[in-house]
Amino acid sequence: MTSLAKLLEAALFASARPIPFDELSALDLDSSPAALRAALDEVREHYDQEGHGVELVEIGEGWQILTRAEYTEAIERAQLAARPQRLSAAALESLAIIAYRQPIGRAEIEEIRGVAVGGVLKSLHERGLIDVVGRGEGLGRPLHYGTTPAFLEQFALRHLDELPRADELAVALRSAASEQSASIPATTGAA
Amino acid sequence: MTATRALPHDAPSTAATVRSFRGDGDSTIPAFLVDAGTFSGPLDLLLALIREEQVDIYDIPIARICEQFLARISTLELNDAAEYLEMAARLLRIKAQMLLPRADGDDQWDDPRAELVRRLLEYQQMREVVDVLERRGELRRNQFARSYVQSSITPPAPIALSLSLPELLGAVDRILRAVRQPTMHEVVARPLDVPGAITIIRAVLALRERARWADLVAIDAEPWQVLSTLLGILEMAKIGELRVFQQKPFGSVDIVRDVAGEAA
Repeated sequence: MTSLAKLLEAALFASARPIPFDELSALDLDSSPAALRAALDEVREHYDQEGHGVELVEIGEGWQILTRAEYTEAIERAQLAARPQRLSAAALESLAIIAYRQPIGRAEIEEIRGVAVGGVLKSLHERGLIDVVGRGEGLGRPLHYGTTPAFLEQFALRHLDELPRADELAVALRSAASEQSASIPATTGAA
Repeated sequence: MTATRALPHDAPSTAATVRSFRGDGDSTIPAFLVDAGTFSGPLDLLLALIREEQVDIYDIPIARICEQFLARISTLELNDAAEYLEMAARLLRIKAQMLLPRADGDDQWDDPRAELVRRLLEYQQMREVVDVLERRGELRRNQFARSYVQSSITPPAPIALSLSLPELLGAVDRILRAVRQPTMHEVVARPLDVPGAITIIRAVLALRERARWADLVAIDAEPWQVLSTLLGILEMAKIGELRVFQQKPFGSVDIVRDVAGEAA
């Protein structure tokens, strides 16, 4: 590997969080962005082609060295590391809504989910997956929530844009809904 | 949605609904009944019913779904049921509105289900995102990153000291025993050698008439040698063998052989 690739590898190894590109570039101010990208590719290919137990992944708006999935069971059995608990369905639903509608207040989340979400928001906040990003204009200036970089990391997303766009979701339902939300009364009435 | 489908198929099913609902009672629960607690909310349950019954989401047979919904939530604890009961009330209201007579071909009829459909679609869309998140989250869950514990950025809060008198005394005792005994130096008085110093001074002054302090005392002289030389000079000055004088105040001291004294 080139010395720049080795430097990046060392920094990625030292960090517990994904390192964003601009922080990687601070490691060697003389290197161009293109050289950095090439060096990152070099590290990744090195891990992929020479048979390593770890891999370099682009995740959470940065790069991170992760163990390969096939060794997870053995590592967990030996109690060297434990997989985090899965989120509850309620937590995932709230998180999905926040991811798409951020910044969003509690009342709007509750309207979509049809249930109270106070406790869920608290636990999501404690897990560092969401944060308060501002206050709304409405009555009582409600808190607005948004997702954090830890959310991207935990859901193997490079950035928010990697989530399917709203218009890619449930295409049939969606298009029908947008056509019909206004005209449902008319069509059904005509039937 | 097809235009041929007759909308008010709720009406006939309503009678059946009521009958079966009463007939079955609360005691008999269909075998496939899943505890409503496993649903994440009333919309989740409603969507599950719509899938199970395989009905068109844009044309929900509200009476049938409403009956199913009520059957499912009958097992719920009251504490968990509030949101489901609200939805049940909503469904019943829609059901009632659907039963209201309306003129044939009335285009202005507002489908009372429209708002419910909109919410269900929105919810359904969100559930798709949940599926994506679940899939992605499972990927990441199966990979470990380096875990790094930042070492003591905040030092632990000091704990209030509490110990008994014997403990305190014991600690003092341990400390005292650990202290090293002071090192005692024995100072041996070293006799000065004034006659020896006088011999050296004489020897130097025999070679030259005028000498300086530095000529008489070596740089690495020990204190006893310095003192001996000093006393020797003073002694020789007293007996008139040499004279000591300065060119200026704090200037270097000149030691000169006293010719007169020698002569004497």
